[in-house]
Amino acid sequence: MCDTCGCNVTEANRKLVEAGGKHARTKSGNESIEVLQNLLHENNHRAAHNREHFDKHQVLAINLMSSPGSGKTALLEATIDALRDELNIAVIEGDLETENDARRIREKQVPAIQITTGSACHLDAYMVHDALHELALDGLDIVFIENVGNLVCPASFDLGHHLNVTLLSVTEGDDKPAKYPVMFRASNLNLLTKSDLLPVLDDFSVQRAEQAIRHLANPAPIMQISARKNLGMEQWFSWLQQQLTHYREHLAQGQTLLPDIQREGQRLHATG
Amino acid sequence: MHELSICQSIIAQVTQVAEQNNAHTVTRIIIDIGPLSGVEAPLLQQAFSIASAGSIAQDALLETHISPIRVRCNICANENDARANQLLCSACGSWQTTLLSGDEMLLKSIELEKEEYHV
Repeated sequence: MCDTCGCNVTEANRKLVEAGGKHARTKSGNESIEVLQNLLHENNHRAAHNREHFDKHQVLAINLMSSPGSGKTALLEATIDALRDELNIAVIEGDLETENDARRIREKQVPAIQITTGSACHLDAYMVHDALHELALDGLDIVFIENVGNLVCPASFDLGHHLNVTLLSVTEGDDKPAKYPVMFRASNLNLLTKSDLLPVLDDFSVQRAEQAIRHLANPAPIMQISARKNLGMEQWFSWLQQQLTHYREHLAQGQTLLPDIQREGQRLHATG
Repeated sequence: MHELSICQSIIAQVTQVAEQNNAHTVTRIIIDIGPLSGVEAPLLQQAFSIASAGSIAQDALLETHISPIRVRCNICANENDARANQLLCSACGSWQTTLLSGDEMLLKSIELEKEEYHV
């Protein structure tokens, strides 16, 4: 892993850590120890463990991230209703307080585990690990992890999921990807939600939102959907089915799926 | 305020390394973060003073290096610096680029004061 192979060493910091670099010795005569671990080493270790657990049960784990109120739970409700006969779904809900979202999902007769984070602004791999102790994965196809509504912190934490889906409701403004690049750079799919409101919002340009996402070098698909009015939902359902097939093909070859950012980092930093 | 979580993780790792090396004090912690890591250096400094209290690293200096954002163009192979929300090729204008650096979250090295052992 990252602590032993030095895959976190990038072109930018290589010269600092190699022998003779300014971190190889200390001015004070104290001993300098090279560590080269990700700052979230422990979290990432636990995330890898979670991912192995999902893989053992052949369950695709999807991390849903967005601002509060962009429609994550409404999307899940509509998805459960539409795919009830095709897919077995469960949900892990992350919120600072209340069981409201888990209750909404359970009303659809789907297992839902609520994580209340207290004051924590994001889910981490430990919280998801604890939730997995309460969730039977046998027979499931997809677990959605609904992250805490927040466009900043959740992007930095690997939960052990396979794919990131980021929602941007059209009421939030088309410049959000430019304002929150860390989040939108990490998405495997971007959903422009509440698209039924587009005709009454003269300040949201789908084109500008798309351009802002592309300017983060993110090639992921961008879909306009409305869960409440059932607009554009078929493309989302097809995407889910495609990803499930893709995931199972990877498993059949003894591989897992990593969210794009983690995969890119591993490849680049290991060989670059 | 996820910087506090990150600092707690740093303290855990640093404590482990210090114990493995029979050190009694950690004097300096050097980390490398990129603007696209989602971690803010000033917030990290504030959180560090809280997270390190009572630990082996409570008097340590947290030294933060910010890596530049650099991209390589997938179309023309040009390499250039970029802004966090404009990861574009400066030569051909393409957005199809690969990040070379700028998303680091690396605990690079630590400085320790060690116990003296006499046999």
